[in-house]
Amino acid sequence: MASVVMVYICVIGAIGMLVGMALLLGRAIIGPTFYDRALAVNSFGTKAVLFLCLFSLIIGRPDGVDIAILYALMNFIATVAILKFFRYRALDVPLAKRPERKTTRKGGRNG
Amino acid sequence: MAEAKHDAASHAAAPLPWTEIFEWAQALLSGGLILTGAFFVIAGAIGILRMPDFYTRIHAAGMTDTMGAEFILLGLIIQSGFTQTSLKLLLIAFFLFITSPTATHAIAHAAHLSGLKPKLGPYQAPDLDDIGKGDGS
Repeated sequence: MASVVMVYICVIGAIGMLVGMALLLGRAIIGPTFYDRALAVNSFGTKAVLFLCLFSLIIGRPDGVDIAILYALMNFIATVAILKFFRYRALDVPLAKRPERKTTRKGGRNG
Repeated sequence: MAEAKHDAASHAAAPLPWTEIFEWAQALLSGGLILTGAFFVIAGAIGILRMPDFYTRIHAAGMTDTMGAEFILLGLIIQSGFTQTSLKLLLIAFFLFITSPTATHAIAHAAHLSGLKPKLGPYQAPDLDDIGKGDGS
């Protein structure tokens, strides 16, 4: 009896995750700026992880939690990579500027 | 006397099914945590959809994502008990607790560096130079 109640509560939580994902898809579609879309997609990924955990425990196969771990890590890395790509237009750029290049560029500009 | 005490104790303890009580306590605790987390998550999604400005949307997303995710994962950990699944869920909770505010900060920092201005209302904080020259003179 208690396990049946737990399964029903998990189903309610999973439906709540689906509703939240639908709302976030709306913001990702109508978002006026790029950063709105990045924020909505990042939050969508977090909710997808939670939905995956709930769903794999509802159907009684906890293997889906492994996939949820993978998705949680990939979501963060993908967000940072997308932000870096849209800032620098390339991924092969160091996040901290090297002092050598700076001096050479300054020298080139001055000379 | 001792026999009577023993009889009374066993008589009082016998009708209580402790395993069922623990199962119900586990179910109600995890259910309450999962429902609270789902409420926070839906509130954050509505906030992202309805807030007027990018920075307010970041506020709605960053707060509720971390809190709702931690509540839901804590409820699932209590539900699954001492198993391997519980350890994996704890790992997910740790990763989300670290990476979710970091990703939100990265998005806000990138938007700030790109020159996205916040939408300001009629009530703004006055500049520091204008305070002395105000209505008093």
